[in-house]
Amino acid sequence: MTEATTPPPAPRKTPLYDAHKRLGGKIIDFGGWALPVNYAAGILAEHAATRNAVGVFDVSHMGEFHFRGPKALEALQKLVTNNVARLADGQALYTVACNPKGGIVDDLIVYRVAPNHFLTVVNAANIEKDLAWFRENAANLCAIDNESDTTALIAFQGPKAIAVLETLGADELSMMPSFGFRTDVEVAGYATWVARTGYTGEDGVEIFCSPADAPGLFETLVKAAEAVGGSAAGLGARDTLRLEAKLPLYGNDLSDTTSPLEAGLGWVVKLDKGPFIGSEALVAQKTAGLQRRLVGFVMKDRGTGRHGYPVLASIAGTPGVVVGEVTSGGVGPTVGKNVGMAYVPAELATAGTQLFIDCRGKTVPAEVVSGPFYRRP
Amino acid sequence: MSDNYPSDVLYTEDHEWARIEGNLATVGITQFAVEQLGDVTQVDLPREGESVKQGQVFGSVESVKAVSDLFAPLTGKVLKVNTPLGDSPEYVNEDPYDQGWLIQIEIASPAEVEKLMQPAAYAAFIRENAD
Repeated sequence: MTEATTPPPAPRKTPLYDAHKRLGGKIIDFGGWALPVNYAAGILAEHAATRNAVGVFDVSHMGEFHFRGPKALEALQKLVTNNVARLADGQALYTVACNPKGGIVDDLIVYRVAPNHFLTVVNAANIEKDLAWFRENAANLCAIDNESDTTALIAFQGPKAIAVLETLGADELSMMPSFGFRTDVEVAGYATWVARTGYTGEDGVEIFCSPADAPGLFETLVKAAEAVGGSAAGLGARDTLRLEAKLPLYGNDLSDTTSPLEAGLGWVVKLDKGPFIGSEALVAQKTAGLQRRLVGFVMKDRGTGRHGYPVLASIAGTPGVVVGEVTSGGVGPTVGKNVGMAYVPAELATAGTQLFIDCRGKTVPAEVVSGPFYRRP
Repeated sequence: MSDNYPSDVLYTEDHEWARIEGNLATVGITQFAVEQLGDVTQVDLPREGESVKQGQVFGSVESVKAVSDLFAPLTGKVLKVNTPLGDSPEYVNEDPYDQGWLIQIEIASPAEVEKLMQPAAYAAFIRENAD
């Protein structure tokens, strides 16, 4: 009997698929989602538009889980490394969730809506995995509802983002602190939740709305953005923006075999809040000292260090042994350099350390730098 | 997608063009290649005096998202290299058939020119292989 080959499933569409086509979006299959890598303007133009004015991004593919019940806080405190107890209503925090070995299951943002109600926003690629993991470990504590399919999400990022939204009726948005959010914001007549969070290194917000409202809201936001020199922006610009801001990407820089301590995310690990999944392993790792660390590097000569390229030590200015590989890398359009991240042995993880990146057979010098490559003015 | 297939050049299945003038060939990548690549950020080309061989890699073109090898449409010796592309790789996006030219070679084997595609054949090739 011959084996029937079934074609791969067609990628899923967000509520904004038609809008992307109308705007000239170059649609790709992004982890099972049909999303634009860029629109007609191109990645570099969309990157610049976000840094100079405002970029409008469809991130509806991301996952939204609601934790509800008297033990919702206890559930989240068990699942994530950061201290969720410090949140008041209308505040959010960035954190990771670890496995018992201290590896990262996902990085996510946790929002406190009310004492017994929290929202978590997780990476699209990890929706099934995270839901299963959270339920396996906390379903006995509270209800965990996956509302990803009934939640649309639009990121509105850039120095002009807040001012533009205020012209669209979002009163007093400039008063919202970073990582604050409100569930009562009207934008151009649409009922939305707005959070002052983002993944670009710019000021700006992420706007939650219903799938039915998303197309109209997105069109309004894009028009308003274009009026001030901004534009719709796709996945390509989203990646160059977060890379310049040195924000890690799960799957590249973070994985279930990297710990938050190694990844430079020690600041979201609150070992003194009480035990959580992975806390024992992280305490042991901290006590023993880290073997490797995630560092940022800039290329010192022509060449782009890309994901997977070997990283070599520099021995008296010449390429030595392979010490790691690039986890994320590419062009930094605003900073005018090619930049990237890699895990290197802890002794090489200090700013100024010289490295070489093997770029398709050619070794190019690079240097470890501390902090983000780009900081907004 | 534009249908920009100038009639004064010949084409390859690797989406490169060659403009033949006597025994000289100017080489570049086509509008189709440019649209696939997106914003070009770096071009790596051979030096003057180096040899290139038809069908073999002679350099690469990098865009934000990817690196693409360049395959020589003809065998010959590199006479000129478009060095301004070092500072201005965007010329390839803006003007792939003129200001974005890559190298100029002295053709070693004129018979190889027969293997290149006429504009109409290249246009048909694009249509047949469209996603």
